[in-house]
Amino acid sequence: MSDEVAINLVLFSGTDDKLQAAAVLAAGAAALGKPVHVFLQYWALDAFRTDRIDTILPLAPEAGPAGKAAVAHMREAGQQSWAQTFRDAKEIGEVDIQACSLSMDVLGLSSDQLDPLVDGVEGVAAFYVNAGDGQVVFI
Amino acid sequence: MDTATVLDARGLKCPMPIVKTAQAIKTVEQGELLEVLATDPGSVADFAAWSRSTGNELVESSVTDGVYRFVMRRK
Repeated sequence: MSDEVAINLVLFSGTDDKLQAAAVLAAGAAALGKPVHVFLQYWALDAFRTDRIDTILPLAPEAGPAGKAAVAHMREAGQQSWAQTFRDAKEIGEVDIQACSLSMDVLGLSSDQLDPLVDGVEGVAAFYVNAGDGQVVFI
Repeated sequence: MDTATVLDARGLKCPMPIVKTAQAIKTVEQGELLEVLATDPGSVADFAAWSRSTGNELVESSVTDGVYRFVMRRK
């Protein structure tokens, strides 16, 4: 275990842009040696399904047509997917990704439907205990 | 003059230069050098911060024709 304070990312949104932003935050923290806890709720959890994780997901409404074009251009220029950035983050650091058990129920998901990036399923109490004194960021 | 392992991170966007560096530093022996080339303008601040945070010394930080060059010594 690292003695650095953890950064705790709660991912709610399942749009490509927000997941990309979250993956960048996770990978950056991992590169600095900070433990990262990721808690997946609702649409973010849905995006981690085996059959969705490597598909192109919609963008947040504020992206608009110009934003859509900009993101598509970045992708064509070879920018890697948010899922790959999470895989890299796990490779270089201590990144633990947990599914919210309530969201699992809401979406009717079982663990075997989730990508191997997801380490387990936990409730909100476990999330807060593991978060310790680290900041909690909601995306 | 020590020879450095070179990581070419040109064309990669944030945070990939620092992510690739965190991977590459593990392949270098302690006390040896890692040289990184990057074109992401944010990398100047990122490499300085990464060095302070991880303790790997930033021996050189320079820019030539839009290419940033960082040389780090593994802690």
